[in-house]
Amino acid sequence: MLPELPVTCHSLLVTYFIMLKLENIRTSYGRIEAVKGISLEVGRGEIVCLIGSNGAGKSTTLMTISGVLAPAGGTIYFEGNETRGLPAHKIVSMGISQVPEGRRIFPKLTVRENLEMGAFLRGKGQGAGGKGDFASQLDYVFSLFPVLHERQKQLGGTLSGGEQQMLAIGRALMSQPRLLLLDEPSLGLAPIIVGKIFRTIRDLNAGGLTILLVEQNAKAALRLSHRGYVMESGTITGEGPGNELLSDPHIKKAYLGE
Amino acid sequence: MLLQQIINGLTVGGVYALIALGYTLVYGILELINFAHGEIYMIGAYLGIIFLGIFTASGLTQYSLFLSLFLTFIMSVIVCSAYGFTVEKLAYKPLRNAPRLNPLISAIGVSIFLQNYVMLTQGATDKVFPHVLPVTTVKFLDVTMTSLQIFIIIASILLMAGLHVFIMKTKTGKAMRAVAQDKVMASLMGINIDRIISVTFIIGSGLAAVAGLMVAMYYGLVNYSIGYIAGIKAFTAAVLGGIGSIPGAMIGGFVLGLIESLGASYLSSEYKDAYAFIVLIVILLIKPTGLLGKSEGQKP
Repeated sequence: MLPELPVTCHSLLVTYFIMLKLENIRTSYGRIEAVKGISLEVGRGEIVCLIGSNGAGKSTTLMTISGVLAPAGGTIYFEGNETRGLPAHKIVSMGISQVPEGRRIFPKLTVRENLEMGAFLRGKGQGAGGKGDFASQLDYVFSLFPVLHERQKQLGGTLSGGEQQMLAIGRALMSQPRLLLLDEPSLGLAPIIVGKIFRTIRDLNAGGLTILLVEQNAKAALRLSHRGYVMESGTITGEGPGNELLSDPHIKKAYLGE
Repeated sequence: MLLQQIINGLTVGGVYALIALGYTLVYGILELINFAHGEIYMIGAYLGIIFLGIFTASGLTQYSLFLSLFLTFIMSVIVCSAYGFTVEKLAYKPLRNAPRLNPLISAIGVSIFLQNYVMLTQGATDKVFPHVLPVTTVKFLDVTMTSLQIFIIIASILLMAGLHVFIMKTKTGKAMRAVAQDKVMASLMGINIDRIISVTFIIGSGLAAVAGLMVAMYYGLVNYSIGYIAGIKAFTAAVLGGIGSIPGAMIGGFVLGLIESLGASYLSSEYKDAYAFIVLIVILLIKPTGLLGKSEGQKP
């Protein structure tokens, strides 16, 4: 009996601390294999970033985790459960939410309706995940981004780029995820807005949310993250703590422009 | 004379609008022209005759005409929705990721299949709607309206108002709009896309059933081929209003009904069916996206 206990403890601890685990994931986009067998881990409470140039397969990786793209091989575990092969809407219900590249807010729904869609699985009914839950989560998102409160009756498509990014993040938070996937949240935004978005990401993480961040703005992303992975043409070529990667000569040359 | 023709036009227009909504709802979500939709309408007309026949034979109509008609509508809508649901699952869903031409061909195949299926099971000759409706007319100024016309106009407007509220206010309606705008993003919200597509087909088919039943009551005759011309005209109405636009389909239906009715009385009734298509050609030349349609370029 006794010798088995540490093993059980160990596996429980691993399941608890490693929130997301990808093993040898391969995904094709049409005929092109965009992700060629990658493995990565995201621990509970971490911010992990995935950096790399355009077309390295970063967005494909996120879409595979979310279940939009079906991997050709490999396994994905989220909180110890295998998610590979589940449809996207099931994966959202497990607690993974994504802010995709290009924000993709619903342009012809109002800001409030966009947020309601984010809470689609939470419902507005009674009981747990009911009406009060929705209202308090809405208040929370409005407290993070007060501008969304002001504009809640406006159509999503009329917002500026920065406001759309805030809406996209707020919408993803409405499902009360435990893991947030963020794809290029700084893309095409003014530096002052980028600063605000990155501060929000840090605050969300401080509040206990685990984050997997994909960024081309490698320097800012690595500074923000606990750990990072470097992705090049579909494979992972480097990994380590954020500050370690920041001082790596190869990464400095290839991604930081130094 | 003019007012009379407007009333006639609104009656037919309400029917066109109800069918056009089915085209536009499905197009909005799948970008598919569901050419089998006219056949669903035709099946709705047959189902009306069948169910009313059953209720009359069982004595219900003699007991209460209102209850009998009400149940006929309910049953036709339910069975027609089941047809629409099944057609989507069997003929369109397997082709979801195929090139866009494939589901279109499948739709035409379903249309031909359903026409022949009804012809074989119901016969190739006209079926007569049971003579149970009392004919009462209302005279107002120089206009004579039958109670049936008033019923058709009011019922179609009420159904459209109901649909509008459903789409704008309910959770499922909002999810339908979200799916129409961005399917991938909608699935990342936790929306089950397949369920929303099924709901869309069920609603569209239900509206077509009501339209078919009202036409059967109005003209008193149906046959297996009525879905073809009605389908094409309602499709014209949907394009006229801007395909994919729900208010567009409603307006398009009424505009088309009015044009037909006014054209038939002031120009020549022999070309009645041609006016719809002349208008379609003119609209497509001047404003290719239809009256309320938005250009594809505005999509993000």
